Amino acid sequence: MHNNPSDLIVVDQLSKYYRVANKQPGFKGTLKHFFDRKTYDVPAVTDISFKISPGEVVGFLGANGAGKTTLLKMMCGLIHPSSGLVDVGGFSPQRRQTAFLKQITLVMGQKQQLIWDLPPMDSLYVNAAVYGLSDHEAKVRINELAEMLELGEELTRPVRKLSLGQRMKSEILAALLHKPSVLFLDEPTLGLDVNAQARVRSFLSEYNKRTGATILLTSHYMADITALCPRVICIHKGKLFYDGDLDSLANSLSPSREVKVELKNPCASEQFKKYGAIQDLNDRFVCLLVSRDKLTDVVSNLLTDFDIIDLEISDPPIDQLIGELFIKGEVN
Amino acid sequence: MLEYRIEIALWALSGVLPFIMFSLWSQNDVGNSFGLNDIGLARYFLSAFLVRQFSVVWVVFSFEEDSLSGRLSPYLLQPLHPLLRYVAAHLAEQATRLPFAIAIAITFFILNPSSFWLPSLPQLFLAYLSTHFAFTIAFLLQSLVAALCFWTEKSSALERLIFVPYLFLSGLLVPLSAFPSNVLKLAMLTPFPYLINFPAKILSGMPVDIFNGFLAQILWISILVPSVKILWKLGVKRYTAMGA
Repeated sequence: MHNNPSDLIVVDQLSKYYRVANKQPGFKGTLKHFFDRKTYDVPAVTDISFKISPGEVVGFLGANGAGKTTLLKMMCGLIHPSSGLVDVGGFSPQRRQTAFLKQITLVMGQKQQLIWDLPPMDSLYVNAAVYGLSDHEAKVRINELAEMLELGEELTRPVRKLSLGQRMKSEILAALLHKPSVLFLDEPTLGLDVNAQARVRSFLSEYNKRTGATILLTSHYMADITALCPRVICIHKGKLFYDGDLDSLANSLSPSREVKVELKNPCASEQFKKYGAIQDLNDRFVCLLVSRDKLTDVVSNLLTDFDIIDLEISDPPIDQLIGELFIKGEVN
Repeated sequence: MLEYRIEIALWALSGVLPFIMFSLWSQNDVGNSFGLNDIGLARYFLSAFLVRQFSVVWVVFSFEEDSLSGRLSPYLLQPLHPLLRYVAAHLAEQATRLPFAIAIAITFFILNPSSFWLPSLPQLFLAYLSTHFAFTIAFLLQSLVAALCFWTEKSSALERLIFVPYLFLSGLLVPLSAFPSNVLKLAMLTPFPYLINFPAKILSGMPVDIFNGFLAQILWISILVPSVKILWKLGVKRYTAMGA
């Protein structure tokens, strides 16, 4: 793969295999596992290639076990690839050179780098020392990030006394203290309530705008992806099956749109069959799936043929579409 | 936070094994067969206690927990070797132990006034230096076992392979002079006598071959440092970031 100087991250034919051994239940299984262990390689990521430019926000989508976290771990240098190449800003991540480590950060769900029994502020100053920041630099940086993350007194309370949302925000603060230019975020909103998720999302968006940092994100919450990532990379069973913008993915996955209608009087389902596929029919409410090329005619006819109180046209939820795709296992 | 303060005090008290051994040996009046009278025995075991307070290592357990829980992952991605983070934690704990160790030493002298002694400044300096070397050797030995976490995932079980010979050959249970000469010769070929016996003998003022003792400590450190580096380098390639 040819490296363009404008590419920050180059992933070329990257693969990772994990060696595993199965154990049968019971004493006999234990003995066999001890004396005659059979191991085999399980492919986690197979032959994946893509490039990422500086400042991009890219979402990695995939079902559980699809390989997206393994991919992220290889890109940040946490694990070694079985084959293929990763280049991040001219560095080979698995070598974990100091200059590379000072440019990146990894946030992994609730895996804490904060010291449990101490307030986050102590851990922040430890991190500042690790990254060679002076006390003054650390103080300015902590204040700046704390303001963006809406953190105040929480930073001087023991970590174990903080709520999950406060802890997660403190973790993010600790991870960003050294001004990394590449952020690897694995499920950064996992377990947070809706409000906390929204705050983390708006912070990441703001951080990207202010600093121009490149953000690579995996999340099970589609809202994270739709709010933050213009570009998505979909992984299925360790292989890449989509790399492009989210809108195009939605269009290619669903050539139809949802038409939700609120009727003045209840109607039988037979009356709607000619307009499109009925997704839902409940008393006076009906939801139809209509192909995009027929949308104008169908809406016009519905307004003429029925006594309608309200009508709404929308794309089917992207998470529903992708979920269906993963279940079907279709590869474009 | 009261429970944490109590925990620190209990933690400092947990290293009292040398006092138990002192009580055992002095009551059975076997000190003479070690070439030590009661006062010599008391000074030796108090010194062994103090040396142990500042050379005890638990990196294998912390490392295993961090490795299995996924906490090691962010540490591996920081520009500081994870083992240095554990060194810092050990040194911080040694500083915390210091006032408790002094309090226990004072109590010991109150209960055994005849055993009171003040080491000379050169003795103190050499004991301090050899205790730091002892800590370094113990830390490196456990780091070697900890690095096996990259292969076995439960390397704390393997730590027993070090702990049992450490217990018997370090001088924690009995001064090594009590051993038959052929066993002693074999013991001196291992790193264990240099972890307690050697620094404790310097501190208590017992006769000891200082030059060869320091030479052996430096030799063991120079063998263990590259061994840990090589094993770590090989192991980290196998790291799968489990639990993360």
